[in-house]
Amino acid sequence: MSDTELIANPFLETDLNVSAKRTEKLFKILFMLMAGLLILPVLIILTTLVVKGGGMLSFDFLFTNPTNGMTEGGIFPALLGTVWLVGVALIISVPVGVAAAIYLSEYAADNWFTRSINLAIINLAGVPSIVHALFGVGAFVIFFGFGTSILAASMTLAVMTLPVVIVATRESLQAVPPAFREACWNMGATRWQTIRRVILPNSVSGILTGVILEVSRTTGETAPIMFTGAAFFIPVLPQSVFDQTMAMSLHLFVVSTQVPHVPEGLPYGVALVLIAMVLLMNSASIALRMYLRGKKKW
Amino acid sequence: MSQAARQRSGNLPDINQRNADWYIDKLVQYLVFLSGISAIVLIVGIFVFVTIEGLGFLFEDFSFREFFLSPWWEPTDEDEPTYGILALMAGTASVTGLAMLVAIPFSLGSAIYVAEFASGKKREFLKVLIELLAAIPSVVWGFIGLSIMNPLIIDLFDVPVGLNILNAGIILGLMAAPIMTSISEDALKAVPDRYREAAEALGGTRWQVIYKTVLPAAKNGLLGGVLLGVGRGFGETMAVLMATGHAINIPGSVFDSVRALTATIAAELGETAVGSPHYQALFTIGIFLFSITFVINLSADLIVRGIRKS
Repeated sequence: MSDTELIANPFLETDLNVSAKRTEKLFKILFMLMAGLLILPVLIILTTLVVKGGGMLSFDFLFTNPTNGMTEGGIFPALLGTVWLVGVALIISVPVGVAAAIYLSEYAADNWFTRSINLAIINLAGVPSIVHALFGVGAFVIFFGFGTSILAASMTLAVMTLPVVIVATRESLQAVPPAFREACWNMGATRWQTIRRVILPNSVSGILTGVILEVSRTTGETAPIMFTGAAFFIPVLPQSVFDQTMAMSLHLFVVSTQVPHVPEGLPYGVALVLIAMVLLMNSASIALRMYLRGKKKW
Repeated sequence: MSQAARQRSGNLPDINQRNADWYIDKLVQYLVFLSGISAIVLIVGIFVFVTIEGLGFLFEDFSFREFFLSPWWEPTDEDEPTYGILALMAGTASVTGLAMLVAIPFSLGSAIYVAEFASGKKREFLKVLIELLAAIPSVVWGFIGLSIMNPLIIDLFDVPVGLNILNAGIILGLMAAPIMTSISEDALKAVPDRYREAAEALGGTRWQVIYKTVLPAAKNGLLGGVLLGVGRGFGETMAVLMATGHAINIPGSVFDSVRALTATIAAELGETAVGSPHYQALFTIGIFLFSITFVINLSADLIVRGIRKS
């Protein structure tokens, strides 16, 4: 190719150009394959769970007690236990988490103190779950004297999932435009009146998204409840927060590793119910978030 | 307020009066502040309570040499219990290492695809799928390792036991990848569009723009994401307990069974008497785990924030 040709048509494809484009295409396909390979095994796994565990699902499986050394019967005490554990954990963590987010979003100044709170939140989210379990044993079971109980296990779960609530709530509070606050203050409202009448109503659905996400996270946790309140097998349902209980996540661990002669389908059935609970709530949270994004007025 | 000023303000309310609303506002401010510092209180509380329970061991049976350099973890030996975590550290390190070999390329590749190539509906769809992947509980992953991966590895590689480093490493890699993907994607998205536009204006193809401009600019964020993934793998408990084979072993190949630090605590804490040296030794492992993950998370945060400032 001569120089004159280049000047005549600067957009003419050169060899360099063509090979660069080919490289681009190659990498695009490579990365697409990687994204696919990340998702594919999980789809295979989910299908296997449905195929092998689907047959177990029935009204009796969900609503009767396990029998014959947990090799037969249903999962009702574990299902109910998980509801107890998650419910009590929410009662503890949502008020504290929302209040903490209100502090960080509405009151805190941008200084070293606020930065250390944020750092503590990040670190709290990164503490290994088994260390949370040790903390639960040391603090709630022994020091505060709750014993191994729903209360101790739920408080451990609450501590563990607190960062989820704080981060989600803080984000939805900060999404409320500053003009809303300023307008309210100009009317002579106090900070709290502004928060209660204007900011919270405008961010409540965002907070709800975070709470659903927390429920889904809490449902699947196993290590933190193993030594603080969840038991391998308890034939009676819990009556108060000071009782021990069975839980879905621990039940899956127990039937798949600790109990001999379990029929092959049983652990698949338990895993399927557990993962269905978690994924349903997660999808609900994502759907709510997308709906809100579309609806936002400002 | 002077007489004249009061007359000028007419019947406007006195803004300095302390009525019920003023006290409620103050009260809320304190309550909210107390909740605000809860994260700091809890992180200190975790360290204090775990340390208190492990203290007896640290002052009596603990020997730095034995704890970190002995491969023998035999806390139930009646004559001479030994508390060496070298083999357990090797187990954790090998599984986490393999997991990162799996997760880093895949999560980086997926993040680049999602952030730079995919668009519109396809992008949203991928993001939702990846978010759902991150939600699968670790005990379910452990069960998958036990019941699906285990026979698969035995068949494919003709080895006697399928619960080994390979199994746990792949499981852990799949677990860590979604989180690392979304952090890496955030890091790529944080690179200003004018960088891309400038590079494209110079005639760069998409890949040249990514390789020469976007990746260097997002370097710290990506590194932070990898570090957080390492922290995740390090602290993962149930999946590792179920998929590694749980045998104390300094591994020679990926087909060896190992035992991880976290899994040791999970498997043994229920069998020990409160306050016994074995019980306290498990809490000492907890202090060690807490310190390591604390350092990892702290450095990840510093690295990520370093780039945001400059």
